[in-house]
Amino acid sequence: MTDETVEVLGLSIRELSEKLARREVSSQEVTGAALARIEATDGKLGAFLKVTADRAQAQARASDERRGRGEVRSPLDGVPIGLKDLFVTKGVETTAGSKILAGFIPPYDGTVVERLEQAGAVVLGKLNLDEFAMGSSNENSAFKPCRNPYDLTRTPGGSSGGSAASVAARQVFGALGTDTGGSIRQPAGFCGVVGMKPTYGRVSRYGVIAFASSLDQPGPLARTVEDTALLLSRIAGRDARDMTSSARPVDDYFQSMEAGAEGLRIGVPKEYFQGGAEPGVEKAIQAALSTYEKLGARLVEVSLPHTRYALAAYYLIAPAEASSNLARYDGVRFGLRAKAGGLKEMYGQTRAQGFGPEPTRRIMLGTYALSSGYYDAYYLRAQKVRTLVRRDFDQAFQSCDVLAGPVAPTVAFGIGEKTSDPLQMYLADIFTIPCSLAALPGLSLPSGLHPESKMPVGLQLIGRPFDEATLFRAGRALERELGPLPPPRAV
Amino acid sequence: MALSLDEVRKIAVLARLQLSPEQEKLFAGQLSSILEYVEQLRELDVSQVEPMTHALAAGDAAPWRADEVAPSLAPDEALANAPAREGTCFKVPRIIE
Repeated sequence: MTDETVEVLGLSIRELSEKLARREVSSQEVTGAALARIEATDGKLGAFLKVTADRAQAQARASDERRGRGEVRSPLDGVPIGLKDLFVTKGVETTAGSKILAGFIPPYDGTVVERLEQAGAVVLGKLNLDEFAMGSSNENSAFKPCRNPYDLTRTPGGSSGGSAASVAARQVFGALGTDTGGSIRQPAGFCGVVGMKPTYGRVSRYGVIAFASSLDQPGPLARTVEDTALLLSRIAGRDARDMTSSARPVDDYFQSMEAGAEGLRIGVPKEYFQGGAEPGVEKAIQAALSTYEKLGARLVEVSLPHTRYALAAYYLIAPAEASSNLARYDGVRFGLRAKAGGLKEMYGQTRAQGFGPEPTRRIMLGTYALSSGYYDAYYLRAQKVRTLVRRDFDQAFQSCDVLAGPVAPTVAFGIGEKTSDPLQMYLADIFTIPCSLAALPGLSLPSGLHPESKMPVGLQLIGRPFDEATLFRAGRALERELGPLPPPRAV
Repeated sequence: MALSLDEVRKIAVLARLQLSPEQEKLFAGQLSSILEYVEQLRELDVSQVEPMTHALAAGDAAPWRADEVAPSLAPDEALANAPAREGTCFKVPRIIE
């Protein structure tokens, strides 16, 4: 690849969009360069489960033709992006990272897929993930591991690991992921990119393969705050096909994007700074907080007293919902069917062969938590604790505009480091889960490199319900001050 | 709270998962340690707390759609991924002997 094409792939969506508008480059050229970069790097990285090159080139050609006629659909027109393989795509295999769905060709597009294509985006393919979005390292993918572009011996995080790795490695300009307990924010943090989990109900879940329906939320990952907002503004908003999608109008995120941190009250939850994070991570986060103070924000100490119970509540609620959602994989209408005698044997063998260890574990846990005699003690109690977690945030937002803390207790951990102990893996989500249970928006953005490992550290900003605009504003203020991270060198 | 092998087998039947003896043993251990971790929820008094049954506040929920007939998948599209079909039906193993 020439230096010039590599340079194009390092641009932000905004910069590329302007270059396309000035006709300095065509969508077909950029798409070709991105596909060549995937070809050259993905053997090592493992970000893609499927590259849809022909389809992408056709979309790029259509975009260039539209532009030639003076029709431009949006700033995303002609921009190459990727989709987590949890979004159903009409005519393109969609697996959720699971063998039980291998070969599944959806007969329809998810709402967010439709909206991005209507905006003119060029979809390069389907990105790797933990099976059914269950995991924090992408190691639960039934097909192949994905690696961290800053260090190939480490995980990219998960479950949207492929999305984060691909954006960081300059294979795509942006990607969509999904977040149930941290699955956008944690991999974004591990890979040094920006990721937004919107408020529950902000983005339609229609055509997102369900994991835990009261928590699942699609959202964007990109290399800048502005690009993340560009993507969100195209996918957000009411969809009649998802009854939990909110009718609230979508804010104009660009109105306050450059307003800076002056006057912002940033809540610092003391529970997020009590030794829960590794010292190097805490140092990077403290540095970000000092930067905010320097920029004119005021730091306010707040308390989220139920933080330490949130993880336990989550690991009852999410598996319970998963056990119900995954009941549909029974070998009857789609996906794998085991060869077996009677119907019951067929169900049991199909599911045993099709699901990997993590979905099986969570289905078992959820089935137990919902079973007769245990429902009140586990599921119902967890739902009540969820109310307490939400109240903590409502209380904290009385005295601040956003909350700030680490995305995860560590930087990206090594491949294989946590696979033998599921509980250790679950603890990687300790700072992202409370925001998920409370249905609030959370933005993850780079906050420099870890002093020793030189791996990216992610800052998490949590906002009031539907106040994504303030998160973008606060995120942009820090990004402007810190400048971009050095690009990854491992691929 | 430790789960016995018998309890694990009972849950597997409810979940329609045909586990191997090795998996039964593995899950008995792993699920027991997860259940032990979630035991800490018992420390909280939740007797006066309502469960959070909806993630979306009532005011943010969308209105019900009108009950009108709209186009949906054609039978051939809906059946295209079926492991086995017969005419416009999904074909399943024999249920009644």
